[in-house]
Amino acid sequence: MHFSYKRRVGAITFKAKCPECDVDIEVPDDALDGEIVSCPECGLDLEVRFDEKGVLCLETAEIEGEDWGE
Amino acid sequence: MMSKISLIYDRIRWEEKALIDSSRNMGLDLRLIDLKDTYVDVLSDRNKIKEIFGELSLQRCISYFRGLHVTALLESCGIHIINPFHVALLCGNKLFTTLALIKAKVPVPKTLIAFTDESALKALDSLGYPAVLKPVIGSWGRLIALLKDKDTAQALLETREEMRDALLQIYYLQEYVKRPPRDIRVLTVGDEVAAAAYRYSANGDWRTNVARGGRAEPCPLTSELEELALKASEAVGGGVLAVDCMESPNGIVVHEVNSTPEFKGLYSATGVDIPEKIIRYAIKVMKK
Repeated sequence: MHFSYKRRVGAITFKAKCPECDVDIEVPDDALDGEIVSCPECGLDLEVRFDEKGVLCLETAEIEGEDWGE
Repeated sequence: MMSKISLIYDRIRWEEKALIDSSRNMGLDLRLIDLKDTYVDVLSDRNKIKEIFGELSLQRCISYFRGLHVTALLESCGIHIINPFHVALLCGNKLFTTLALIKAKVPVPKTLIAFTDESALKALDSLGYPAVLKPVIGSWGRLIALLKDKDTAQALLETREEMRDALLQIYYLQEYVKRPPRDIRVLTVGDEVAAAAYRYSANGDWRTNVARGGRAEPCPLTSELEELALKASEAVGGGVLAVDCMESPNGIVVHEVNSTPEFKGLYSATGVDIPEKIIRYAIKVMKK
């Protein structure tokens, strides 16, 4: 399957800082709100978020809960 | 115009992306709702709630309890939800699922239930070793233990007691089915079987969950398997479900039915366009 998403209208940021180690992280331009990327430096899982203006930021992702799964 | 179908999520996995992609390819305006950012006044007008969630919601939360609770809320507002509340409730609990399967005469592994660690040990004496201990609520093979002998069982049951989690004090014990190093996942969409795949356990693990590194390979869909999967799906109320089966020496048994199935492994093994089938099913349910 081929995924071809446009980022949200108005999203202009491709790079964001890791909140843990401050390294620049490149986020794929087809990333969706709620998707997970990993920091290449410290390995932290980060959730891609877009604010109301469509600007991308990275937040520390939730860690696996005891009720997670299928 | 109001979006008629929404996708409720708390994390975008491969499956959610695939569903979004399929719906867009079909020209459907799928509203994406991150449940982490949402609150709902349960006393508000149900039409207001429908404005947010649409006529139908695909509930795809990774957190079982989030998904279950939002399902209860939306269903009470007359919103179609895949899967319905009673289906999610049954499938989320291994004992409830087993009981529904037994009622529908679907073969299941020998299963015992105990409510204290002492009675669990007695149950295990009657069941014999090796045996399998599973939490009634849980996924991805988490905390599922293979009990090879009484010493292991004693140690594990003691640990469970120490964990002070009420649900972990419900002891769901199952025979260790002498199966090949694989199980079978069958995905049912409504009254149709979409695809089936073998799931082989990863090296060094006896569990076959793809989340544990297991790999999927295509499985021939025999009429026996198809019939069994549909019967199991119907037993829990139907919808989009993953029926997990094992090849026991006495035939196929069903050990689990998943209500928010992951199907990446199934898709890569079979090439069946599962997301498209799910979206088409959602449209059909909405028109009912």
